[in-house]
Amino acid sequence: MQNKSIAQMAAELRLRNYSSVELTRHYLERIARLDPRLNSFISVASESALAAAERADRAIASGDAGPLAGIPIAHKDIFCTAGIKTSCGSRMLDNFIAPYDATVVERLAAAGAVVLGKTNMDEFAMGSSNETSYYGPVHNPWDADRVPGGSSGGSAAAVAARLCAAATGTDTGGSIRQPAALCGITGIKPTYGRCSRWGMIAFASSLDQAGVLARSAADAACLLDEMAGFDPRDSTSADVAVPDYVDALDDDIAGLRIGLPKEYFGEGLDPRVAASVQDAIKEYERLGAKVKEISLPNSPLSVPVYYVVAPAECSSNLARFDGVRYGHRCENPQDLEDLYKRSRAEGFGDEVQRRIMIGTYVLSAGYYDAYYLKAQKIRHLIADDFARAFEDVDVVMGPTAPSTAFALGAKTDDPVAMYLNDIYTIATNLAGLPGMSIPVEPVEGLPVGLQIIGNYFQEARLLNVAHRFQHVTHWHQGAPSGFE
Amino acid sequence: MSLDASDIEKIAHLARLEIAPESIERYAADLSNILDLVAQMDAVDTTGVEPMAHPLHMSQRVRPDRVSEHDQRELFQAIAPLTEGGLYLVPKVID
Repeated sequence: MQNKSIAQMAAELRLRNYSSVELTRHYLERIARLDPRLNSFISVASESALAAAERADRAIASGDAGPLAGIPIAHKDIFCTAGIKTSCGSRMLDNFIAPYDATVVERLAAAGAVVLGKTNMDEFAMGSSNETSYYGPVHNPWDADRVPGGSSGGSAAAVAARLCAAATGTDTGGSIRQPAALCGITGIKPTYGRCSRWGMIAFASSLDQAGVLARSAADAACLLDEMAGFDPRDSTSADVAVPDYVDALDDDIAGLRIGLPKEYFGEGLDPRVAASVQDAIKEYERLGAKVKEISLPNSPLSVPVYYVVAPAECSSNLARFDGVRYGHRCENPQDLEDLYKRSRAEGFGDEVQRRIMIGTYVLSAGYYDAYYLKAQKIRHLIADDFARAFEDVDVVMGPTAPSTAFALGAKTDDPVAMYLNDIYTIATNLAGLPGMSIPVEPVEGLPVGLQIIGNYFQEARLLNVAHRFQHVTHWHQGAPSGFE
Repeated sequence: MSLDASDIEKIAHLARLEIAPESIERYAADLSNILDLVAQMDAVDTTGVEPMAHPLHMSQRVRPDRVSEHDQRELFQAIAPLTEGGLYLVPKVID
């Protein structure tokens, strides 16, 4: 049951081959049995999931069901959900039950989706391995001694292990695409502003974007169709029409112009990952695409630029956690300053504190021009590189991550080594472009992701390009042993 | 760029974080390494380049100045650590 596509599940629910209650119970049973090995869920919401499944079954019976009626999904624990804890992977919010639903949550619920629970993540989405979570690391279903990637590592592992049909995620510097690559699934980060950020706990507001982790591009399209669109409650939401992503999946890709940035195939890339990505690109050539080498000369600067912009915005966003209105509050504060300082020190983990301090430093008096302003200027150069590339090509392709999943604990003592995992994904966020990762041929049993980057609001094209590849290959169908 | 213990103490105070004395050295090393990574930016000539304020070059939307939200004080305060009579309580600030 758990290996069927979302379209198949939706059709079979409508044919009454099984009910949503049965499907939901099936997933809840899998989570109870298999998730102790993975730790991919922070909260499992059995009761509300079964209630939603019953509503979906009634809606299907009465013929007014939404497109995702009865489909069991999971939300990254960064999306506010009224009635289910929203921890953001942090002790700071271990006691936080949001008074409202995020727009993305609300829209998927309106389409009839059933929420099984909330998935584990790096604390406040700061990490590339899911090891900064207050709730412990997530294990990669392909190899339990390895990381699932991050920050949406719980969503990626849960989808790969077939513990939910699909899951939401967020991507600030690669947090959907990198874990999708490391767990062998499909992930899409839409254009900045495409999905509402309302009710999505803010990390770096000029970069954050909600997206989907799924087993295929077709499944991702089903969710994105419901999630995308203008929301007046998010001041940076894009007021741009949303095409039907499912409708565009089968469009012809003959003549597709693919750009391969030479900077994405240089030093630091595991040659076996490079070979696997090159093979996938040859498959695209067989499908009629034309390949061209391009250059994104400023992209190597994306990691340094990101580690100014993201911490600066995080230090500002996370100033709201003060022990006063919600979240963790220290015991017996002596005065207001003690209340702030101890509540924050106790509530935030090491990586979050590091980033808050870097951000505070680069924004402090006398340093703004040298760091934040300089970074925003280089960010412009990075975006200009892409704009030039898209004059000649339709999509840009390359590896999603420089290696396959690394061992748990391998990079936790070296923040800078951890940051370099996102070397191929960050530029997309800085430019605000949409990006995807799809599974290609694994290396020694570990998944490899092909990254596909498109021009602004070209999500339909990306999903189409990914779907055509998945139509002629089977890498996306592979299930990790023990989770089939 | 190398930060020392007094830099870390100053930054931690600005960020309102209580840093344990035994962690200061570690933070100084980590933050210095991150700033070394960031220093790659120095080599780039950005003369005449506009800073990118928004990925889509959009300007901030404004809405009509009309009441759009209703009062939800009780709902929001239900999750607060300490409230009284509709107010959030903090340690005494003024003697």
